[in-house]
Amino acid sequence: MSLFGFFKGKPKRGTSGDNGNADRGIMVFENTSEVIQAENALKREGWEIRVMGPPPEIQSGCDLIIEFPLIEELNILRMLENEGMPPLEIVPVTSPLLQPVDLFHIKDFGEYLMVRAANMKLTVEKATGNIVNVSGGGCPDVPFLACEMVGHTLADAPSPREIGHTLCGYALQLAFEEMQRQCSP
Amino acid sequence: MLAIAGTVPSEGFPLIDGEIILEDNHIRICDEYISINRGTPALMAAAIKTAETLGQPAPFGYLIGDIGLGKGSRRLYKYLTDHLPQSDFQILTFHYLQPIVHWHERLQQALHEMKKLPILIADAGFMYVAKMSGQAPMYDLFTPDIGELAFLADEKAPHPFYTRGFILHDENRVSDLIARAYTHNNAARFLLVKGKQDYLASRQGILETVDSPVEEALEAIGGTGDTLTGIVSALIDSGMSIPEAAVVAMKANRLAGFYAKPTPATQVMEIIQHIPKALSKILEKRV
Repeated sequence: MSLFGFFKGKPKRGTSGDNGNADRGIMVFENTSEVIQAENALKREGWEIRVMGPPPEIQSGCDLIIEFPLIEELNILRMLENEGMPPLEIVPVTSPLLQPVDLFHIKDFGEYLMVRAANMKLTVEKATGNIVNVSGGGCPDVPFLACEMVGHTLADAPSPREIGHTLCGYALQLAFEEMQRQCSP
Repeated sequence: MLAIAGTVPSEGFPLIDGEIILEDNHIRICDEYISINRGTPALMAAAIKTAETLGQPAPFGYLIGDIGLGKGSRRLYKYLTDHLPQSDFQILTFHYLQPIVHWHERLQQALHEMKKLPILIADAGFMYVAKMSGQAPMYDLFTPDIGELAFLADEKAPHPFYTRGFILHDENRVSDLIARAYTHNNAARFLLVKGKQDYLASRQGILETVDSPVEEALEAIGGTGDTLTGIVSALIDSGMSIPEAAVVAMKANRLAGFYAKPTPATQVMEIIQHIPKALSKILEKRV
């Protein structure tokens, strides 16, 4: 399989158009061998990706990066982790210096606690640890995650990292982890 | 006529379009029944309740299943791109769709092939992609919450997940965030910002603020932003101007929440049921 091969033939998942790369991300790896392995694994799964040189802002990793559909970061990251080849770093193409949100808003409703990470909010009943609501977000896995998580406790709910797919799912994962910290004894 | 496009969280759910019917706790399009928990079905249910209260026809709906893999969204983008040029909707509300820039651009081209460009409303993922594409000013109304407003204000962030900390820290300064979003052309003609206080804004700044009744619990309830977008869409469809509809919608959504006596565990359907009473009350006060 060509390292720099562009997609052709059947339609690929996450196809980008000609008008801008604002929805694309960059994955940075330790060495070229990892890039090749990751490229093969991602293409095998049907993702539309490109291997290219890193932008000047990227100071870590090797001389090649993989460009991918940023919104589906959580899904792609999970696949690479399962394959044992997680990237060193993931950043947006348009602004490689941006970092994921790390600011949490905590709201105490008395019997309930709400944690917000970026645009995602998770609320639990303090006494039971039951997830009672998921709100915010805009990617289509948000209503799916809400259906799967609401009604379960923090301990037995599926985590967004396991079943989410998008950056909204990733933000909910951060809220989920922060809620676990807040509710731990 | 109003049309609403979005997704439901079920991978196998087919692409359907048609008049949206509300039956008990479900909406129905063609022969498909969809429960109203949150997301686009909640928006549609709120729009129907509003239309019924005003004696307006039911909105038209486009729905497909998508759990975040984007497959359903891509099919719906294509369907809309193929079909909207032949339609004559006056208002289009786009909602939970996977943000995909090139599909957004194709859809924009299709919208410009319509005889008359409709009033364009965007919320959720479709608002993200409108901003991401640099085409936010093409839209008439965005309905962000405060976290999403910070994303609109951050000219570098491609998604709320990457909103920079110094902008998120600024969330108490809503007017600054609004100004920053307009400075970088990342806002629609009007912004309806939902939160502890609701704001209607334009490039001129904050036009209206609605802050009562106060129900803190609403912030935690999934779907309360969706209902607001549904109400304002249907009000605009009834002939109200966008600013007029936005103020009525902000008041009615808050009042419906108040009537539901919510806790943070309340589910949005309990609020939707109170929309007709709340809306009637607000409209009565206006006369």
